[in-house]
Amino acid sequence: MSTKNTAISVKNLKKSFGENEVLKGVSFDVPQGTMLALLGPNGAGKTTTVKILSTLLKANGGSARIEGHDVSTDPDKVRGVIGLTGQSAAVDELLTGRENLIMMGQLYRLTKKSAVARAEELLIEFDLTEAANRPTKTYSGGMRRRLDLAVSLIATPPIIFLDEPTTGLDPRSRLVMWDIIQRLMDNGTTILLTTQYLEEADQLADKIILINNGIVAAEGTAAELKQKIGKDHFIVTFASKKHYDSARTALKGKITQTNDDELQIHIPIKGTGKDIQAVLKTLDSEKIPISSTDIHKPTLDDVFLNITRKEK
Amino acid sequence: MLTKLEYKHASKVSAYISDTALMIGRSSRHILRNTDQLLGAFFQPIMFLVLFVSVFGGAIEQSLPEGVSYVNFLMAGIIVQTVAFGSTTTAIALTNDLQKGIIDRFRSLPMSNMAVLNGHVISDIFRNSISTTVMILAGLVIGFRPEADFYGWLGIIGLLLLITLAFSWLSAIIGVLAKSVEAVQWLTFVIIFPLTFASSAFTPTDGMGTVLRVFAENQPITQMVEAVRALILGQPLGDYGWLAVMWCLVLIAISIPITYVLYKRKTTE
Repeated sequence: MSTKNTAISVKNLKKSFGENEVLKGVSFDVPQGTMLALLGPNGAGKTTTVKILSTLLKANGGSARIEGHDVSTDPDKVRGVIGLTGQSAAVDELLTGRENLIMMGQLYRLTKKSAVARAEELLIEFDLTEAANRPTKTYSGGMRRRLDLAVSLIATPPIIFLDEPTTGLDPRSRLVMWDIIQRLMDNGTTILLTTQYLEEADQLADKIILINNGIVAAEGTAAELKQKIGKDHFIVTFASKKHYDSARTALKGKITQTNDDELQIHIPIKGTGKDIQAVLKTLDSEKIPISSTDIHKPTLDDVFLNITRKEK
Repeated sequence: MLTKLEYKHASKVSAYISDTALMIGRSSRHILRNTDQLLGAFFQPIMFLVLFVSVFGGAIEQSLPEGVSYVNFLMAGIIVQTVAFGSTTTAIALTNDLQKGIIDRFRSLPMSNMAVLNGHVISDIFRNSISTTVMILAGLVIGFRPEADFYGWLGIIGLLLLITLAFSWLSAIIGVLAKSVEAVQWLTFVIIFPLTFASSAFTPTDGMGTVLRVFAENQPITQMVEAVRALILGQPLGDYGWLAVMWCLVLIAISIPITYVLYKRKTTE
């Protein structure tokens, strides 16, 4: 057990919109100074969870505490220790980047002097000094996300919610964002990240929670989850039934899945090319011609399929 | 981090006031930066004034009391109409805020969220003052000759401020309820246009049919227009003064709580 204090504690959280049950009892804890990733497809309940934890929505059941403050009975205290950024937060489009930062700082109850000084610091840190005096509606998607994150850091809250911070960003802006998030973690900020990207959770988070259909489908470190996900597969397709059948005999014991219609065989492989080489070598020595090959890496879909299959 | 952050330790009331002040600053900047809207606030009143005076002036002047020119008569009406139309920007600004994520941002901050409403409503005064000043200056150019003395002008300014607040709070209700900016635009147009025309704003009510006349003579816009008109022309206020003030106060007293409740409901599910 960790000796660290719990920054975010969620117990059996439930939320429905009319008939639609979005959260069906989600529980997790985030120790101080760590990052938890909520990973799941669209509509899994990630944003709803973040909205409840940041006091934007009220839960129908269960409880949530942020630094010990209950989100439903003490929302003002909660707002004082959190920063929210991502798809459910935004910046003012007609104000400049600098004005946004200073205004939000003062709304966090910073003195004007502190807000101004902190704004300058963040503009430099997030590489926004050149654009600081332009209205934010002229910003690119990446710049807007950076400003959005900077705004939520203006009062250096100990807890940050990042709601899909890289969705819709180009690969370069995504890397910049990851770098910024990494630095935040190094400073000891507790972070709750939601994402649809397995890779993002893998790169950044200490612990990952897979959320699907409003329930926690699996949880663990990236390494632990990967074991559950299964391996990469090498897929070989043949031109004729004859070749397909002889390949099945030659590679007996290695094949985990076959497809008679497509004349395909699936062979699990490790990351290296050795397994592929071995397969090709066998096929070559048996003189079996190959039509085409493919490598299938597990996707988020596979993760869920895998997990739901195990549950049955 | 280099800076040591200092926090204000304010009471609830002073925090509410400083949040409102910040939001007024925000909304006022919006007004100055929204160039299209600002140009509208400048030119629309001038256009209305010149068109009304040149198109209707000749015809309507004959039914006015001796010695009152149409431009002197019209001024009060067209100012109140401009203020009424100007207040719709509160609705537009609120709908805009509610549709974009910015309201969620504000709600995740330890601030008073009613300050957002106050900011839009109060900064409306700022833009309406620009419109009204432009209108009065344009009026002076085309022959408007007010008779009001110093106290008369104080009365006019005070009354117009009240009228602006009343319309802006009403407009805020529409802003919270409307689902899109387009809806706000046609909704406010459909409400304000008939109300200002079925009044004594542009023409004396004598020539209207009985039903329309009874309505026109007793509806709030006529009371407001007549009160401003009496002050501008330096004539006795009669009942119009207190009726106009009462209407404004009643409208404000009703619409503030309605807006607060609707806004609160809309922003918490």
